[in-house]
Amino acid sequence: MEHVDNSDPYVVFDRVQKTYDGEELVVKDLNLAIDKGEFLTMLGPSGSGKTTCLMMLAGFETATFGEILIDGKPINNIPPHKRGIGMVFQNYALFPHMTIGENLGFPLEVRGMGKSEREEKIKRALAMVQMENFIGRRPAQLSGGQQQRVALARALVFEPELVLMDEPLGALDKNLRESMQYEIKHLHEQLGVTVVYVTHDQTEALTMSDRIAVFDDGRIQQLAKPADLYERPENAFVAQFIGENNKMNGTVEAVNGDYADVKLADGSLVKALRVNVGDVGERTTLSLRPERAFMIDGKATPENSFEARVEELIYLGDHIRSRLSICGTSDFIMKLPNAADQHIVSEGQSIRVGWSQEDCRALDA
Amino acid sequence: MQQSASEASPNDHMRDGKLVTADGRPLKASLKTAERRRKIIAFAFVSPLLLFLIVSFIVPIGQMMWRSVDNPTIINTLPRTLEAMQDWDGQDVPDEPVFAALREDLAIAQENRRVGPLAVRLNYEISAARGAFTRTARTVADMEPPYKEQFLDAHRLWGNPDIYQIIKREGRPLTASYYVAATDRRYAADGSIEMRAEHQRIYMNLFGRTFAMSAVILVLTMLLGFPIAFWMAHLPMRYANLLMIMVLLPFWTSLLVRTTSWIVLLQQQGVINSSLVNLGIIDTGNRLSLMYNMTGTIIAMTHILLPFMVLPLYSVMKTIPPSYLRAARSLGANNWTAFWRVYVPQTLPGIGAGGVLVFIISIGYYITPALVGGQSGRMISNMIAYHMQTSLNWGLAAALGSMLLISVLILYWAYNKLVGADIKLG
Ligand SMILES: Nc1ncnc2c1ncn2[C@@H]1O[C@H](COP(=O)(O)OP(=O)(O)OP(=O)(O)O)[C@@H](O)[C@H]1O
Ligand SMILES: [Mg+2]
Repeated sequence: MEHVDNSDPYVVFDRVQKTYDGEELVVKDLNLAIDKGEFLTMLGPSGSGKTTCLMMLAGFETATFGEILIDGKPINNIPPHKRGIGMVFQNYALFPHMTIGENLGFPLEVRGMGKSEREEKIKRALAMVQMENFIGRRPAQLSGGQQQRVALARALVFEPELVLMDEPLGALDKNLRESMQYEIKHLHEQLGVTVVYVTHDQTEALTMSDRIAVFDDGRIQQLAKPADLYERPENAFVAQFIGENNKMNGTVEAVNGDYADVKLADGSLVKALRVNVGDVGERTTLSLRPERAFMIDGKATPENSFEARVEELIYLGDHIRSRLSICGTSDFIMKLPNAADQHIVSEGQSIRVGWSQEDCRALDA
Repeated sequence: MQQSASEASPNDHMRDGKLVTADGRPLKASLKTAERRRKIIAFAFVSPLLLFLIVSFIVPIGQMMWRSVDNPTIINTLPRTLEAMQDWDGQDVPDEPVFAALREDLAIAQENRRVGPLAVRLNYEISAARGAFTRTARTVADMEPPYKEQFLDAHRLWGNPDIYQIIKREGRPLTASYYVAATDRRYAADGSIEMRAEHQRIYMNLFGRTFAMSAVILVLTMLLGFPIAFWMAHLPMRYANLLMIMVLLPFWTSLLVRTTSWIVLLQQQGVINSSLVNLGIIDTGNRLSLMYNMTGTIIAMTHILLPFMVLPLYSVMKTIPPSYLRAARSLGANNWTAFWRVYVPQTLPGIGAGGVLVFIISIGYYITPALVGGQSGRMISNMIAYHMQTSLNWGLAAALGSMLLISVLILYWAYNKLVGADIKLG
């Protein structure tokens, strides 16, 4: 689903701040607009404030400052049960004393829905996650993945327009997690609900989301579509956090329009794209994806080319991962494609490595 | 590398086609020896406890239950009389042979000093028996046949056919008479069992009162204990610990100290009454009687038993993650619905455990009712103690005790039937 910008946003965080103890801001100046029907993921390291944001949206924590709006209306004073937000918890939080059917019936019952209508909806919601046959079981009699499905069905059964999920797949094994990712994604497309999803698994974020908000230190570091986030990180944290990254520190030596010459600690001069860096003399962090560096075999003449020494080779089937000493660092990673025309290299060998100035991004220090 | 038995190599020790150990014993036998040794060691570890339990718990309880039906005195002291009474018609005062036998039995008993216990035993059944037996026994040595007239002269009880019926009925090794008495029944003239007159019923009323008071105490500890436990489970550790100490304080102070402080608080001239009078809420003439009655017992026992309710509740509540309540609220339940429909059901194991503990302990409680209960605040255990220490009717005390034990077991069984299955599932 594409992110559309023409309508009013559905959920808005407006200059939201949050502190638990009055001493430290856990969320610092959060501004975020989420569109109707969007799948937005909050991604970030542990303790970066993701759950706190979700809890403020759900109404279990109050914002210390700022305003949260849903559909244009401020919700700071609406209690959680009147917000009509579906929520999936990390530990599922299925009520252990109720059967699966009763668990799903609960949100309908408290809304005063009649029995027959209730049963109809419970059946439909369980069918949606292929759990019809488990209606009479207790949560303890289900496997983790099955509990997860039921939790999902319960969050959707009362047809909320906004669903929050806090690391819902955190407790599942890898295979199950992947298949659940697809299921959640399909449900989202099928039902058109707005989803705010929290995870610290970047693969999960990249595969599922329309947009990803990368959190660190209580701030959104970058808010972008998955591809943009990977291809065009705007700061050193995002570059380092998403995917694999070669990081080099240096100082801006010269600026030519969109590009800059950066001098590294060992004296080598690298040409890079000016993304997030000021004028001559400032510190900067260069970011280069491993697959964008290549061995120079004579024909290509990239803007950057350096002597490198092969320190280590790891055979990975489709490519060979090599660790190089180059430009004063010894943990530079390069991916050598396992192609027929690729030169055979061996450890200890000296080679020439280059990359385009387009692919090397000069970011904040 | 280990080798399995089927592919025994020349290195294995074989004898008659069986594997044996290095010293030539069959492998299976030596495995058994090793296992047996382990079992013996394990048993040796638990045997002190087992022995302690048997000596201090199982044997006394067995003895108590035995004593409630054991009835050796009459059959051992009056064997000839019982023999002679075989052909008694059971209606009128018996004839001369019975009295001859009775005289002989009593003479022997007098010599062996066994009249006392016999008189006491028969006195449980009919109140003049002690006088009749002790007085008559002193004179039997001087009696000349025929004896019947002299017996009738010695005490008026000998003219009452009831005593002969009682001797015949109770002249058996086992008796039901303690249970008959303990259930407020008695033997009618024709030997059938009937309820006592309304105003003579003591024990069943006391049982009823004991259960009712225990139920009240149970409800009170629940009502008081639930919020405390809830609070403790949700407070920061520092305050929770303080609260825990306050809850446990009754455990740490001596029972007498506690009871004395209750007396100071609750008596007619005590702190509570004086405060109420000083505040003008009641006048001096109408001071509340909070002690030496049922109110006193209930107040003091609720205080003492509160920890037994709070601790299981607390430990259960501590394990309920807050996300359940949050989930309920996010699903649209208001605070109260979320609490009542989602939180409370999950505390049921704690309520059940605490409830059973409090109820069973309070049913058998003795010391507090004895100290602050007065007449109306007494419980069945005080009656048992009375029969053990004052009236010395151990058989009746044992019968009452056994009934208490059995009713507790039935209650526990019913509790398990009712809620056990559900709790285990949840
Ligand atoms: N109830 C609370 N009281 C005090 N501090 C809290 C509370 N909840 C969270 N914090 C603090 O707020 C910060 C952010 O916590 P939060 O739970 O939002 O992190 P998160 O991004 O969800 O991390 P994770 O990925 O580990 O779940 C942390 O430093 C945490 O210690
Ligand atoms: Mg979290």
